[in-house]
Amino acid sequence: MHRYVLGRLLGAIPTLFLIVTISFFLIRIAPGGPFDLERPLEAKVMENLNRIYHLDEPLWNQYLIYLKSIAVLDFGPSFYFRDFSINELFAESLPISIQLGLSALCLAFVVGGTLGVIAALRQNRMTDYSVMTAATLGVTVPNFVIAPILTLTLGGWLGWLPVGGWNGGKFVNAILPVITLALPQVAVVARLTRGSMIEALRSNHVRTARAYGLTTWLVIVVHALRGAILPVVSYLGPAAAALLTGSVVVETIFGIPGIGRYFVQGALNRDYTLVMGTVVVVACFVILFNLMVDLIYALLDPRVRYD
Amino acid sequence: MSTISSPQTPPDQPHGDPAVHQEVRGRSLWDDARDRLLANRAAMASLCVLVLITIISILGPMLSPHPFDKVYRDYVKVPASLSAYPAEDEVEPAFRSLLKRARVSIDSFERTGNVVTAIVTSKREIDPRIVRYADRSDMFSGATLGDFSEDGKSAVMQADIAFVHFYFGTDSNGRDLMTRTFIAGRVSLTIGLLATIVAIAIGVVYGATSGYLGGRVDQSMMRVVDVLYSLPFIFFVIMLVVFFGRNFVLMFIAVGAVEWLDMARIVRGQTLTIKRQEYVQAAEAMGVSDGGILRRHVIPNTLGPVVVYMTLLVPKVILLESFLSFLGLGVQEPMTSWGVLISEGARNLQGAYWMLIFPSIFLTSTLFALNFIGDGLRDALDPKDR
Repeated sequence: MHRYVLGRLLGAIPTLFLIVTISFFLIRIAPGGPFDLERPLEAKVMENLNRIYHLDEPLWNQYLIYLKSIAVLDFGPSFYFRDFSINELFAESLPISIQLGLSALCLAFVVGGTLGVIAALRQNRMTDYSVMTAATLGVTVPNFVIAPILTLTLGGWLGWLPVGGWNGGKFVNAILPVITLALPQVAVVARLTRGSMIEALRSNHVRTARAYGLTTWLVIVVHALRGAILPVVSYLGPAAAALLTGSVVVETIFGIPGIGRYFVQGALNRDYTLVMGTVVVVACFVILFNLMVDLIYALLDPRVRYD
Repeated sequence: MSTISSPQTPPDQPHGDPAVHQEVRGRSLWDDARDRLLANRAAMASLCVLVLITIISILGPMLSPHPFDKVYRDYVKVPASLSAYPAEDEVEPAFRSLLKRARVSIDSFERTGNVVTAIVTSKREIDPRIVRYADRSDMFSGATLGDFSEDGKSAVMQADIAFVHFYFGTDSNGRDLMTRTFIAGRVSLTIGLLATIVAIAIGVVYGATSGYLGGRVDQSMMRVVDVLYSLPFIFFVIMLVVFFGRNFVLMFIAVGAVEWLDMARIVRGQTLTIKRQEYVQAAEAMGVSDGGILRRHVIPNTLGPVVVYMTLLVPKVILLESFLSFLGLGVQEPMTSWGVLISEGARNLQGAYWMLIFPSIFLTSTLFALNFIGDGLRDALDPKDR
C-alpha cells in the first residue's frame, strides 16, 4: 500500500515535468510580453525590467532558471502584481478557493447522491422523472446564467444574502457561490448515482441481502450504495480538482479573491510565472485526486488491491 | 446510416442460401437502433425542437425586418412586447423634442391615425431641411413641410409614424434582440458542430490507430493523451485565444483539436475489442492492409459510441464558447453568439431581464434537446439494453 502510493507519487514527477515544459514554451511562444503596455515603456526601463526578470537571456536559460526555482517550490515573482511573489498570491487565494470548492463538493455529493438514490428507488415514476429533468436542467444551464439569477432573487429582491464579496470568508458570503458551484455537480452526481444504483439494485448480492430479510434501509445503504458509489467517486476525482482550484466564472461574478481568476488574468497579461504557477497547482491537484480516487476505490471494492 | 454493417452482419461474410436470404430480411444494429430511437418520445421531441431552432437560426435573420447590427437610438433597452413601438404616449413627446432640436416652436399638435401634423413657427425663416430631424428619428418617416406662411416663419409639418416590433426587446445599444438571438444561434450552432467534427475526426483516427496497432505504439500514444489530459484545459483554450486572436473559426478548429482526448480513449477501448473479432481476423487472413481494416471494419463498428459522444460534445462546445464569451474572449462585435448575449444579459439583469431570458431560453433548450437526443441514442445503440 505505502509502496504503491510512493510509486504513484514518484511517477507523477515526469508527468509534472512534461506539463511544466509544454506550458512554459507554449506561453513563451505567444505574442506579446508582460511589459507591453498601451504606452510603451522607455527603452532603458524596459531593458532594466527584462534584466531583473531574466527575460533578456536565451529562452533555454530562462527555462533552466525556472526549473531550478520550481524544484524548491519557489514559483518566482509575479510580473503583473508587482512586489508580490506567486507563493504569496497563492497563500492568500488558494485557501479561499479550496474552502469554497470543498463545501461545494460535499454539497454536491450529499444532495446529488440522495437525489440519485431516491430517483433510482422510484424508477420510472413521477419522482424519478422530475429529479432527472431537474438534473438535465442543472447540467445544461450554464453557471453564468444561474449566478446572476440567484444573486438577483436571493440577494437583490429578497435581500436575504449579500450579492457578492468575500468579507473574510463569512458564512453568508459563501452561500451563493457555493450553491452556484455545486448545482451542476449535484446534477451530474444525481444522474450517475441513479444509473449505477438501478444496476446495483438488480444485482445478485442485493437480492440475497433482501432474501436474508434485512431492512430496506440496510440493504440500500450498506449493500447497494457501496457498489453504486464507485462511478460517482471516479467522476468526483477530476471534478474535485477543478472545483478546488477555483472557478473563473463564479469568482468573477461574486467578486471572490480566489485562485481561479489568475488563470485568465495571468494569460492575458502574459504574467508568465503566474500562469505557470496556476498550471502546476492545478496539475498537482489533478494528480493527487486521481490517486485518492484509486485509494478510495480499493476501500470500497475489496476486489481492487494495490500491493 | 442503415447501410453501415454491424458486427452481426459483416459485409465480407458470404451470404447464406439465397432463398433463405430473400425470406428473412436481416436487421442490422442500425435498423434496431433507429426503431428504438423513433419510439423514444423524449428524444423525438428533442429532435423536433433542435430542428426548429436550427431552421429559425438559419432563416430568422433573413425574414426579420431588422438587420442584426442596426442600432435604433430611440429604442435602447425597450422591453419585449407584442405590440408595436412607438407606444401611444411616446409619439407626441418624441415629436416635440425633435422639433425643439430643430429650433422651431409648436403651435398645435395633432395625431390622426398614423400621421402626425404640427403647425410650427419660428422667429426666423423656417429652413425646409428641418424635415431631416424627423426622418432621422427611428419613430417617424416620410416627413414633409408645407403650407408656408407669407413670411416663411410658420409652416405645417407632417410625418408618418414608423411602427416597428421588438418581440424580444432591444439590447443596451438599441439593436433588435430577436434578430440578434437568431444570428447568435447560427454562430453558436456552427461553432458547436465545427469543433465537434474536428474533435471526432482526430479522436477516432487516433484512438483506432492506437488501439489497433497495440503494444508499444499504443502505450506511447496513450501516454501522450494522459499528459495532455492533465494539462489544465482552460489554460489550453486561453492560449489558443491568445494565439489565434480574433479569428474565431480558426480558434474553434483549434478547440476541436483539444477536445479529442475523450474520443480517442473511447474509440481505443472499442477498437481493442473489435480487433479480436473473427471478421477482423478473416480480413487479416485475406491480406487486407492495416489501413484497410481500420477504414473498412474497425472505424465503422466504433460509430455507435462515437455518435452518442458527438451529441454530447456539441453542447459542451457551445457551453465552452459561451464561457469564453463570458470572459470577453469570444466572438467580436457586432457579431454575436448566445454566450455573448447571455453575458450581456447577465450584466443588465436588473432592469432589462429580457436580455438574459431570451438567449438563455434558446441556449438552454438547444442544450437540453441535444442531451436528450444523446441519451436516447445511447439507449438505442446500447445492445446490452435490449
